[in-house]
Amino acid sequence: MPDRIKLQVARYRPEQESAATFDEYDIPCPKDWVVLDGLNHVKDRMDGTLAFRWSCRMGVCGSCGMMVNGEPKLTCGTFLSDYGPGPVKVEPLRNFPIIRDLIVDMGDFMRKLVAIKPWIVRKVEKPLSEGEYLQTPDELEDFKQYSMCINCMLCYAACPVYGLDPHFIGPAAIALAQRYNLDSRDEGSDERNKLLSEHEGIWGCTFVGECTKVCPKHVDPAGAIQRYKLTAAVETVKAFFMPRGGA
Amino acid sequence: MAQSVQSEYQQRVLPPRVSTFWWLEKGSYLVFILRELSCVFVGWFVVYLLMLVRAVIQGDASYQAFMAWSATTPILLLNIVSFLFLVFHAVTFFDAAPQAMVVKLGPNKVPGSLILAGHYAGWAAASALVIWLVVGA
Repeated sequence: MPDRIKLQVARYRPEQESAATFDEYDIPCPKDWVVLDGLNHVKDRMDGTLAFRWSCRMGVCGSCGMMVNGEPKLTCGTFLSDYGPGPVKVEPLRNFPIIRDLIVDMGDFMRKLVAIKPWIVRKVEKPLSEGEYLQTPDELEDFKQYSMCINCMLCYAACPVYGLDPHFIGPAAIALAQRYNLDSRDEGSDERNKLLSEHEGIWGCTFVGECTKVCPKHVDPAGAIQRYKLTAAVETVKAFFMPRGGA
Repeated sequence: MAQSVQSEYQQRVLPPRVSTFWWLEKGSYLVFILRELSCVFVGWFVVYLLMLVRAVIQGDASYQAFMAWSATTPILLLNIVSFLFLVFHAVTFFDAAPQAMVVKLGPNKVPGSLILAGHYAGWAAASALVIWLVVGA
Protein backbone atom coordinates (compact mmCIF):
# COMPACT_ATOMS: atom_id res chain seq x y z
CA MET A 1 0.00 0.00 0.00
CA PRO A 2 1.46 3.43 -0.91
CA ASP A 3 2.18 5.85 1.95
CA ARG A 4 1.31 8.79 -0.28
CA ILE A 5 -1.23 9.25 -3.05
CA LYS A 6 -2.02 11.91 -5.62
CA LEU A 7 -5.36 13.64 -5.36
CA GLN A 8 -6.56 15.33 -8.54
CA VAL A 9 -9.22 17.79 -7.45
CA ALA A 10 -11.58 19.68 -9.76
CA ARG A 11 -11.36 23.40 -9.24
CA TYR A 12 -13.72 26.08 -10.44
CA ARG A 13 -13.03 29.64 -9.34
CA PRO A 14 -15.70 31.73 -11.09
CA GLU A 15 -13.88 35.00 -10.44
CA GLN A 16 -10.79 33.66 -12.23
CA GLU A 17 -11.87 31.09 -14.80
CA SER A 18 -14.81 30.14 -17.02
CA ALA A 19 -14.30 26.36 -16.92
CA ALA A 20 -13.30 23.73 -14.37
CA THR A 21 -9.64 22.70 -14.13
CA PHE A 22 -7.75 20.16 -12.01
CA ASP A 23 -5.20 20.78 -9.26
CA GLU A 24 -3.03 17.90 -8.12
CA TYR A 25 -2.01 17.38 -4.49
CA ASP A 26 0.41 14.80 -3.13
CA ILE A 27 -1.04 13.73 0.24
CA PRO A 28 -0.39 11.06 2.91
CA CYS A 29 -2.39 7.84 2.55
CA PRO A 30 -2.80 6.10 5.92
CA LYS A 31 -5.02 3.04 5.57
CA ASP A 32 -7.79 4.59 7.67
CA TRP A 33 -8.03 7.80 5.62
CA VAL A 34 -11.09 8.37 3.50
CA VAL A 35 -11.24 10.77 0.55
CA LEU A 36 -12.78 13.42 2.82
CA ASP A 37 -9.73 13.18 5.13
CA GLY A 38 -7.55 13.80 2.08
CA LEU A 39 -9.58 16.86 1.11
CA ASN A 40 -9.45 18.20 4.66
CA HIS A 41 -5.68 17.67 4.67
CA VAL A 42 -5.43 19.75 1.49
CA LYS A 43 -7.69 22.44 2.93
CA ASP A 44 -5.88 22.62 6.30
CA ARG A 45 -2.25 22.22 5.20
CA MET A 46 -1.86 22.87 1.48
CA ASP A 47 -4.53 25.08 -0.06
CA GLY A 48 -7.07 26.85 2.11
CA THR A 49 -9.00 28.09 -0.91
CA LEU A 50 -10.39 24.64 -1.75
CA ALA A 51 -14.16 24.61 -1.25
CA PHE A 52 -16.28 21.52 -0.49
CA ARG A 53 -19.18 20.50 1.73
CA TRP A 54 -19.00 18.07 4.63
CA SER A 55 -20.42 17.67 8.09
CA CYS A 56 -20.91 14.42 10.02
CA ARG A 57 -18.06 12.24 8.66
CA MET A 58 -20.15 9.12 9.31
CA GLY A 59 -22.45 8.65 6.32
CA VAL A 60 -25.48 10.20 7.95
CA CYS A 61 -25.72 13.84 6.84
CA GLY A 62 -25.34 13.27 3.10
CA SER A 63 -23.28 16.45 2.59
CA CYS A 64 -20.02 15.10 1.21
CA GLY A 65 -21.22 13.41 -2.00
CA MET A 66 -18.74 13.84 -4.87
CA MET A 67 -17.57 12.00 -7.96
CA VAL A 68 -14.58 9.81 -7.06
CA ASN A 69 -12.87 8.42 -10.14
CA GLY A 70 -16.11 9.02 -12.04
CA GLU A 71 -18.42 7.30 -9.52
CA PRO A 72 -20.80 9.15 -7.17
CA LYS A 73 -19.60 8.43 -3.62
CA LEU A 74 -19.93 9.69 -0.07
CA THR A 75 -16.33 10.80 0.43
CA CYS A 76 -16.56 10.09 4.17
CA GLY A 77 -17.03 6.39 3.39
CA THR A 78 -14.62 6.00 0.50
CA PHE A 79 -11.13 4.88 1.50
CA LEU A 80 -8.14 6.34 -0.30
CA SER A 81 -6.28 3.06 0.02
CA ASP A 82 -8.89 1.38 -2.20
CA TYR A 83 -7.66 3.58 -5.05
CA GLY A 84 -3.94 2.82 -4.68
CA PRO A 85 -1.54 3.58 -6.28
CA GLY A 86 -3.70 6.48 -7.50
CA PRO A 87 -4.21 9.11 -8.68
CA VAL A 88 -7.67 9.69 -7.24
CA LYS A 89 -9.81 12.09 -9.23
CA VAL A 90 -12.36 14.06 -7.19
CA GLU A 91 -15.04 16.08 -8.97
CA PRO A 92 -18.31 17.73 -7.97
CA LEU A 93 -21.50 15.66 -8.31
CA ARG A 94 -22.43 15.28 -11.95
CA ASN A 95 -25.67 16.74 -13.38
CA PHE A 96 -25.71 19.75 -11.04
CA PRO A 97 -24.57 23.34 -11.65
CA ILE A 98 -21.20 23.99 -10.01
CA ILE A 99 -20.96 26.98 -7.68
CA ARG A 100 -17.29 26.60 -6.75
CA ASP A 101 -14.73 23.78 -6.76
CA LEU A 102 -16.61 20.73 -5.39
CA ILE A 103 -19.76 22.58 -4.34
CA VAL A 104 -22.87 22.11 -6.45
CA ASP A 105 -26.12 24.04 -6.49
CA MET A 106 -28.67 21.71 -4.86
CA GLY A 107 -31.60 24.14 -5.21
CA ASP A 108 -33.32 22.11 -7.91
CA PHE A 109 -33.30 18.97 -5.75
CA MET A 110 -34.57 20.88 -2.73
CA ARG A 111 -37.48 22.35 -4.71
CA LYS A 112 -38.44 18.89 -5.97
CA LEU A 113 -38.12 17.41 -2.51
CA VAL A 114 -40.56 19.94 -1.05
CA ALA A 115 -42.95 19.47 -3.99
CA ILE A 116 -43.58 15.79 -3.16
CA LYS A 117 -44.53 16.71 0.44
CA PRO A 118 -42.12 14.49 2.36
CA TRP A 119 -44.10 14.55 5.57
CA ILE A 120 -47.17 12.80 6.94
CA VAL A 121 -50.28 14.45 5.50
CA ARG A 122 -53.55 13.99 7.38
CA LYS A 123 -56.93 15.08 6.05
CA VAL A 124 -58.04 15.76 9.60
CA GLU A 125 -55.60 15.70 12.50
CA LYS A 126 -56.98 13.86 15.49
CA PRO A 127 -56.72 15.69 18.82
CA LEU A 128 -53.64 15.03 20.95
CA SER A 129 -55.88 13.62 23.67
CA GLU A 130 -56.60 10.62 21.42
CA GLY A 131 -52.95 9.65 21.48
CA GLU A 132 -50.45 8.76 18.79
CA TYR A 133 -51.07 7.11 15.43
CA LEU A 134 -50.24 3.48 16.04
CA GLN A 135 -48.46 1.29 13.54
CA THR A 136 -47.62 -2.41 13.45
CA PRO A 137 -44.08 -3.69 12.70
CA ASP A 138 -45.37 -5.02 9.36
CA GLU A 139 -46.72 -1.59 8.42
CA LEU A 140 -43.37 -0.04 9.37
CA GLU A 141 -41.56 -2.63 7.27
CA ASP A 142 -43.54 -1.54 4.19
CA PHE A 143 -41.77 1.82 3.97
CA LYS A 144 -38.74 1.60 6.27
CA GLN A 145 -36.26 0.96 3.46
CA TYR A 146 -37.29 4.18 1.68
CA SER A 147 -37.04 6.19 4.90
CA MET A 148 -33.28 5.57 5.03
CA CYS A 149 -32.63 8.22 2.32
CA ILE A 150 -30.18 10.90 3.52
CA ASN A 151 -30.69 13.27 0.54
CA CYS A 152 -27.08 12.90 -0.54
CA MET A 153 -28.06 13.25 -4.24
CA LEU A 154 -25.68 10.52 -5.40
CA CYS A 155 -28.64 8.97 -7.24
CA TYR A 156 -29.18 12.20 -9.20
CA ALA A 157 -25.50 12.25 -10.17
CA ALA A 158 -25.77 8.65 -11.42
CA CYS A 159 -29.04 9.16 -13.31
CA PRO A 160 -28.55 9.98 -17.01
CA VAL A 161 -32.26 10.74 -17.34
CA TYR A 162 -31.90 13.60 -14.85
CA GLY A 163 -28.78 14.77 -16.67
CA LEU A 164 -30.61 14.87 -19.98
CA ASP A 165 -33.93 16.16 -18.64
CA PRO A 166 -33.54 18.34 -15.52
CA HIS A 167 -37.34 18.54 -15.23
CA PHE A 168 -37.39 14.88 -14.14
CA ILE A 169 -38.32 14.76 -10.45
CA GLY A 170 -35.56 12.23 -9.88
CA PRO A 171 -34.89 9.08 -7.89
CA ALA A 172 -34.62 10.28 -4.28
CA ALA A 173 -37.70 12.52 -4.40
CA ILE A 174 -39.81 9.70 -5.87
CA ALA A 175 -38.46 7.18 -3.35
CA LEU A 176 -39.34 9.59 -0.54
CA ALA A 177 -42.81 10.11 -2.00
CA GLN A 178 -43.21 6.33 -1.88
CA ARG A 179 -41.92 6.31 1.68
CA TYR A 180 -44.89 8.49 2.73
CA ASN A 181 -47.41 6.93 0.34
CA LEU A 182 -46.73 3.52 1.89
CA ASP A 183 -46.95 4.83 5.46
CA SER A 184 -50.19 3.63 7.06
CA ARG A 185 -50.51 6.95 8.96
CA ASP A 186 -50.40 9.07 5.81
CA GLU A 187 -53.37 10.31 3.77
CA GLY A 188 -51.54 12.47 1.24
CA SER A 189 -50.96 10.00 -1.59
CA ASP A 190 -53.56 11.65 -3.87
CA GLU A 191 -51.72 14.98 -3.62
CA ARG A 192 -48.32 13.37 -4.33
CA ASN A 193 -49.64 11.17 -7.09
CA LYS A 194 -50.71 14.17 -9.18
CA LEU A 195 -47.05 15.15 -9.38
CA LEU A 196 -45.68 11.62 -9.67
CA SER A 197 -48.03 10.69 -12.50
CA GLU A 198 -46.84 13.50 -14.76
CA HIS A 199 -44.34 12.82 -17.51
CA GLU A 200 -41.56 14.32 -15.37
CA GLY A 201 -42.58 11.98 -12.55
CA ILE A 202 -42.33 8.20 -12.59
CA TRP A 203 -42.86 7.91 -16.35
CA GLY A 204 -39.70 9.90 -17.01
CA CYS A 205 -37.67 7.05 -15.52
CA THR A 206 -36.41 4.58 -18.11
CA PHE A 207 -34.98 2.26 -15.47
CA VAL A 208 -31.27 2.60 -15.97
CA GLY A 209 -30.96 1.33 -12.39
CA GLU A 210 -27.77 3.22 -11.51
CA CYS A 211 -29.53 5.15 -8.72
CA THR A 212 -29.98 1.93 -6.76
CA LYS A 213 -26.39 0.81 -7.38
CA VAL A 214 -24.83 4.02 -6.02
CA CYS A 215 -27.20 4.53 -3.06
CA PRO A 216 -25.08 4.33 0.13
CA LYS A 217 -28.15 3.51 2.21
CA HIS A 218 -29.62 0.74 0.03
CA VAL A 219 -32.84 2.68 -0.48
CA ASP A 220 -33.43 1.22 -3.96
CA PRO A 221 -34.99 4.28 -5.63
CA ALA A 222 -35.23 2.40 -8.96
CA GLY A 223 -37.34 -0.26 -7.25
CA ALA A 224 -39.54 2.41 -5.66
CA ILE A 225 -40.18 3.98 -9.07
CA GLN A 226 -40.95 0.69 -10.84
CA ARG A 227 -43.17 -0.34 -7.96
CA TYR A 228 -45.08 2.90 -8.23
CA LYS A 229 -45.40 2.52 -12.01
CA LEU A 230 -47.04 -0.86 -11.42
CA THR A 231 -49.40 0.65 -8.83
CA ALA A 232 -50.29 3.54 -11.17
CA ALA A 233 -50.94 1.16 -14.08
CA VAL A 234 -53.20 -1.07 -11.95
CA GLU A 235 -55.09 1.99 -10.66
CA THR A 236 -55.60 3.24 -14.24
CA VAL A 237 -56.99 -0.13 -15.34
CA LYS A 238 -59.22 -0.23 -12.24
CA ALA A 239 -60.49 3.30 -12.95
CA PHE A 240 -61.28 2.29 -16.54
CA PHE A 241 -63.26 -0.82 -15.66
CA MET A 242 -64.66 0.47 -12.37
CA PRO A 243 -65.11 4.24 -12.85
CA ARG A 244 -67.12 4.47 -9.63
CA GLY A 245 -64.54 2.63 -7.61
CA GLY A 246 -66.38 -0.68 -7.86
CA ALA A 247 -69.34 0.64 -5.85
CA MET B 1 -31.41 44.43 -6.38
CA ALA B 2 -32.37 40.79 -5.75
CA GLN B 3 -32.76 40.31 -9.51
CA SER B 4 -29.23 41.59 -10.23
CA VAL B 5 -27.76 39.35 -7.51
CA GLN B 6 -29.62 36.38 -9.02
CA SER B 7 -28.40 37.30 -12.51
CA GLU B 8 -24.80 37.63 -11.31
CA TYR B 9 -25.10 34.28 -9.54
CA GLN B 10 -26.37 32.60 -12.71
CA GLN B 11 -23.48 34.05 -14.69
CA ARG B 12 -20.96 32.59 -12.26
CA VAL B 13 -22.47 29.12 -11.93
CA LEU B 14 -21.07 26.46 -14.24
CA PRO B 15 -24.03 24.65 -15.85
CA PRO B 16 -23.94 20.84 -16.11
CA ARG B 17 -23.11 19.30 -19.46
CA VAL B 18 -23.95 15.81 -20.67
CA SER B 19 -21.81 14.32 -23.42
CA THR B 20 -23.59 12.97 -26.51
CA PHE B 21 -21.72 9.74 -25.84
CA TRP B 22 -22.61 9.50 -22.15
CA TRP B 23 -23.85 5.94 -22.75
CA LEU B 24 -20.29 4.82 -23.55
CA GLU B 25 -18.94 6.03 -20.20
CA LYS B 26 -20.03 2.96 -18.21
CA GLY B 27 -20.85 -0.65 -18.99
CA SER B 28 -24.20 -0.36 -17.22
CA TYR B 29 -25.17 2.68 -19.33
CA LEU B 30 -24.32 0.72 -22.50
CA VAL B 31 -26.42 -2.25 -21.33
CA PHE B 32 -29.29 0.17 -20.72
CA ILE B 33 -29.03 1.67 -24.21
CA LEU B 34 -28.87 -1.81 -25.77
CA ARG B 35 -31.99 -2.76 -23.82
CA GLU B 36 -33.77 0.32 -25.17
CA LEU B 37 -32.54 -0.53 -28.68
CA SER B 38 -33.89 -4.07 -28.32
CA CYS B 39 -37.42 -2.63 -28.59
CA VAL B 40 -36.75 -2.05 -32.32
CA PHE B 41 -36.12 -5.77 -32.76
CA VAL B 42 -39.18 -6.67 -30.68
CA GLY B 43 -41.16 -4.46 -33.09
CA TRP B 44 -39.56 -6.19 -36.08
CA PHE B 45 -40.60 -9.64 -34.80
CA VAL B 46 -44.18 -8.43 -34.38
CA VAL B 47 -44.17 -7.23 -38.01
CA TYR B 48 -42.52 -10.51 -39.12
CA LEU B 49 -45.17 -12.55 -37.31
CA LEU B 50 -47.99 -10.55 -38.93
CA MET B 51 -46.37 -11.09 -42.34
CA LEU B 52 -46.21 -14.83 -41.63
CA VAL B 53 -49.88 -14.91 -40.62
CA ARG B 54 -50.84 -13.03 -43.81
CA ALA B 55 -48.79 -15.48 -45.94
CA VAL B 56 -50.49 -18.47 -44.28
CA ILE B 57 -53.95 -16.94 -44.89
CA GLN B 58 -53.14 -16.28 -48.56
CA GLY B 59 -52.42 -19.95 -49.25
CA ASP B 60 -49.66 -22.47 -49.80
CA ALA B 61 -47.83 -20.63 -52.63
CA SER B 62 -47.70 -17.43 -50.62
CA TYR B 63 -46.45 -19.34 -47.56
CA GLN B 64 -43.70 -21.06 -49.58
CA ALA B 65 -42.64 -17.70 -51.03
CA PHE B 66 -42.49 -16.23 -47.53
CA MET B 67 -40.36 -19.16 -46.31
CA ALA B 68 -37.97 -18.76 -49.27
CA TRP B 69 -37.69 -15.01 -48.57
CA SER B 70 -37.05 -15.77 -44.86
CA ALA B 71 -34.18 -18.10 -45.85
CA THR B 72 -32.32 -15.35 -47.74
CA THR B 73 -29.10 -14.27 -46.03
CA PRO B 74 -30.12 -10.70 -45.05
CA ILE B 75 -33.42 -11.80 -43.47
CA LEU B 76 -31.74 -14.76 -41.79
CA LEU B 77 -29.05 -12.49 -40.31
CA LEU B 78 -31.63 -9.92 -39.25
CA ASN B 79 -33.68 -12.62 -37.51
CA ILE B 80 -30.64 -14.08 -35.73
CA VAL B 81 -29.67 -10.62 -34.43
CA SER B 82 -33.32 -9.93 -33.52
CA PHE B 83 -33.56 -13.21 -31.63
CA LEU B 84 -30.43 -12.40 -29.61
CA PHE B 85 -31.79 -8.94 -28.78
CA LEU B 86 -35.13 -10.50 -27.83
CA VAL B 87 -33.48 -12.91 -25.40
CA PHE B 88 -31.47 -9.98 -23.98
CA HIS B 89 -34.68 -7.93 -23.69
CA ALA B 90 -36.54 -10.74 -21.93
CA VAL B 91 -33.73 -11.58 -19.49
CA THR B 92 -33.14 -7.94 -18.48
CA PHE B 93 -36.90 -7.39 -18.19
CA PHE B 94 -37.29 -10.45 -15.95
CA ASP B 95 -34.29 -9.40 -13.86
CA ALA B 96 -36.08 -6.13 -13.15
CA ALA B 97 -39.35 -7.81 -12.14
CA PRO B 98 -38.47 -8.56 -8.47
CA GLN B 99 -37.59 -4.88 -7.97
CA ALA B 100 -40.98 -3.73 -9.26
CA MET B 101 -43.19 -6.40 -7.74
CA VAL B 102 -43.75 -6.68 -4.01
CA VAL B 103 -45.95 -9.73 -3.51
CA LYS B 104 -47.16 -10.61 -0.05
CA LEU B 105 -48.45 -13.98 1.11
CA GLY B 106 -50.04 -13.23 4.46
CA PRO B 107 -47.52 -11.21 6.46
CA ASN B 108 -44.51 -12.48 4.50
CA LYS B 109 -42.98 -11.02 1.37
CA VAL B 110 -42.40 -13.46 -1.47
CA PRO B 111 -38.63 -13.53 -2.11
CA GLY B 112 -37.39 -11.92 -5.33
CA SER B 113 -35.83 -15.21 -6.45
CA LEU B 114 -39.28 -16.86 -6.44
CA ILE B 115 -40.81 -14.00 -8.46
CA LEU B 116 -37.95 -14.37 -10.95
CA ALA B 117 -38.42 -18.14 -11.08
CA GLY B 118 -42.15 -17.61 -11.72
CA HIS B 119 -41.37 -15.41 -14.71
CA TYR B 120 -38.96 -17.95 -16.19
CA ALA B 121 -41.48 -20.76 -15.56
CA GLY B 122 -44.13 -18.74 -17.42
CA TRP B 123 -41.68 -18.14 -20.27
CA ALA B 124 -40.84 -21.86 -20.45
CA ALA B 125 -44.55 -22.81 -20.42
CA ALA B 126 -45.37 -20.33 -23.22
CA SER B 127 -42.40 -21.58 -25.27
CA ALA B 128 -43.46 -25.21 -24.74
CA LEU B 129 -46.97 -24.35 -25.93
CA VAL B 130 -45.61 -22.70 -29.09
CA ILE B 131 -43.29 -25.66 -29.79
CA TRP B 132 -46.21 -28.06 -29.32
CA LEU B 133 -48.37 -25.99 -31.70
CA VAL B 134 -45.65 -25.85 -34.36
CA VAL B 135 -44.15 -29.32 -34.08
CA GLY B 136 -46.49 -31.57 -32.18
CA ALA B 137 -50.00 -30.59 -33.14
